[in-house]
Amino acid sequence: MKKLLAIGTAAACLGAVLATSAPAVAEDTFYIPSLSYRTGPFAGGGIPNANGFADYFNMLNERDGGIGGVKVVVEECETGYNSKKGVECYEATKGKGALVYNPLSTGITLQLVPKAPVDKIPVFSSGYGLSATAVGEKFPWGFNYPSTYWSQLTSILKYIDSKGGLKGKKIGYLYLDVGYGKEPIPLLDVLSKKLGFSVTKYPVGVKEMQAQSSHWLKVRKDRPDWIINWGWGAMNSTAVKEAAKIRFPLDRFIGNWWSGTHADLRTVGATGKGYMAANFSGIGASYPALQDVLKYVVNKGKSQVKSKDLVGDVIYNRGVFQAVIIAEAIRSAQKTTGKKVINAEDLRGGFETFDLSEARLKEIGLEGFTQPIKASCKDHEGGGGIYMQQWDGKDWKRVSDMISPMTDIVRPMLEKAAAKYIADKPGWKTQTCK
Amino acid sequence: MFYRETGQFKTTYEADSAIFPILQDRIGIALMLAVAFVVIPLTGSDFFLNTMMIPFLIFALAAIGLNILTGYTGQISLGSGAFMGVGAYSCYKMASLFPDMNLIVLVLFSGFFSAAAGMIFGLPSLRIKGFYLVVTTLAAQFFLTWAFIRVAWLYNYNDSGAIDTLPRKAFGLWISGAEASPVTRYFVVLCIVIAMTWFASNLVRGRIGRSWMMIRDMDIAAELMGVRPLYAKISAFAVSSFYCGVAGSMMVFFWLGSAEVESFDENQSFLILFMVILGGLGSIMGSYMGAAFIVVLPVALRAAPEFFGITVNPTNMEHYTIMIIGALIIFFLIVEPHGLARLWQIAKEKLRTWPFPYA
Repeated sequence: MKKLLAIGTAAACLGAVLATSAPAVAEDTFYIPSLSYRTGPFAGGGIPNANGFADYFNMLNERDGGIGGVKVVVEECETGYNSKKGVECYEATKGKGALVYNPLSTGITLQLVPKAPVDKIPVFSSGYGLSATAVGEKFPWGFNYPSTYWSQLTSILKYIDSKGGLKGKKIGYLYLDVGYGKEPIPLLDVLSKKLGFSVTKYPVGVKEMQAQSSHWLKVRKDRPDWIINWGWGAMNSTAVKEAAKIRFPLDRFIGNWWSGTHADLRTVGATGKGYMAANFSGIGASYPALQDVLKYVVNKGKSQVKSKDLVGDVIYNRGVFQAVIIAEAIRSAQKTTGKKVINAEDLRGGFETFDLSEARLKEIGLEGFTQPIKASCKDHEGGGGIYMQQWDGKDWKRVSDMISPMTDIVRPMLEKAAAKYIADKPGWKTQTCK
Repeated sequence: MFYRETGQFKTTYEADSAIFPILQDRIGIALMLAVAFVVIPLTGSDFFLNTMMIPFLIFALAAIGLNILTGYTGQISLGSGAFMGVGAYSCYKMASLFPDMNLIVLVLFSGFFSAAAGMIFGLPSLRIKGFYLVVTTLAAQFFLTWAFIRVAWLYNYNDSGAIDTLPRKAFGLWISGAEASPVTRYFVVLCIVIAMTWFASNLVRGRIGRSWMMIRDMDIAAELMGVRPLYAKISAFAVSSFYCGVAGSMMVFFWLGSAEVESFDENQSFLILFMVILGGLGSIMGSYMGAAFIVVLPVALRAAPEFFGITVNPTNMEHYTIMIIGALIIFFLIVEPHGLARLWQIAKEKLRTWPFPYA
């Protein structure tokens, strides 16, 4: 028996090792891998995003028969928010005709950015990833519509400025100590000098995400006027609870657009009343397109979403947003190339030509869902603004108009960062824009 | 029947002290090299090379490094992840400072930096042993990862705080960066790992290796017989860290493409220690087996359902993988506490007497 078992395991291992080739996806579909994470400490954000992303495409399949008559196949690959596993997923799926990657992790995006021009597959890091990819001339294959972390940060600072000025204020920056949280620091350092405020940084390691008392002890000592939160996953709910515990005024505690989620704040409940966060996609399921998602996908049991009340959550809608942009880019690529079935290279063109105007948003049933975005070759972020939302103890409520970023400050810095990124990479492919 | 050395006479001292004294072993190793150098590059897909073979070889090298320290010298260390990091960061620094140097030379040279770090953090081993040494090597782990985060000079003040591969050519081919093909990177890694394995297997059989094993088996007796603990222990730390350092810089330049501090944290150190324990303490062969078990098996398991045409929810598959690996670790450690290498040794003995149950 023991021998048999041993032989059996050995055979299984061997079989698994030989697992190298994958069955090709049928010709006339769009294959979009979704590098999702439904396990680990970041699953709270990963699950709704992956659900929204897949559900919107499935809705298009069910309602319209796909995009331009071509169905979309979304295949998930579990990354656990781990860069190594993300690259493993990338390698496993790229050979199947992947059109675009949307890894929902800045760490994984950093790994994919240099691979994109070589494999000729665009990387769409929507509102995350390397801010410098917004410079289209230097990063032809990277896109971060609707806005970059750097632009977002300036919008948040503008909001703070509108609530009693920025000069001379003490700003705390609480961040997850990984690539994601470190990304806006260079800008923060420059802006603090330029705009005359001081910054205190509170890095939270992944292992300390749920044990932040030491950080908040420091906050109590430093007494910053405002705190900006660059958290993700289990870190957010802990931060809000800790802030409430030391009686930090929650309406002066602002999360970025990944730090204001339903999943995080529901566990905090009424304690978190007043907590602010940035957002760029609509809240709730009242949009006609989302009603269609409910009608064609969720109510028919074709979604992984646990309950239909979760449709319309902030991060669910974020997933929808990412799917909308990809769908629009596909449509635009179909139009410009005249082909029904496009490839990844055509889609890259689509990402530079689509026009998500006010009218178009209305047409696809998402009026007021987000700011209009006009894609261009030069600007891969679209310069979109953000609005502020506030937790009322039960739900997120929109409390401000769109706040546009300080493009005049951010753009030159992005260009500098992009130039620095490619400086030590001989053979990096750039493009010229008209 | 197999593995009978009957009739294989050794007529010279060289033949007697060869690495593989038995003909069957030589055939076996030649076959394995043929597979590694010819079959795999010809048939392996990008996925197979990138996510299984390259990390397997790199981690095998790191496991050999730790095996030298833990398996041969008996000093338990939890700093291997950090020593890999020292190699990676120093290689990155050198590659950006000397862009025209051959990257392979730099990768090998980066081992010296981590050897130096290993020697410094190995000093406490002269006074303390066992679990207490684990704590001091853990201190190395925490100190070095702290340095990788806080000393911005180490990552050239990159905005992301990560070190990313600098694309480099050698012999007219891209060997690092996104342009480098997986086959090229595989060959570079394979050559370095095989050369260093060969060096290590000779080292542990020689005078130095024997002094390490004497220290491991009984340090007082070794000291009385003229082995100097200072030299033996510190040289073991140096060689071990050298191997880990080279593995670390290969990890960044030939596998991952870019790395954050998380790639060198204590989890990494634990993983390498598990490879050594599972593979077999004091066995070069075991280091390879352990690395295959920890690195290749999970990837293979995750890819398995699709290969066999079964649809499994990727989230569930993730959980199954964790469960299967865990169960297999328990199974193998119950069946053979001395590791996979010992299993192989038993199999060899059995093959020797087969088909008779006794010799």
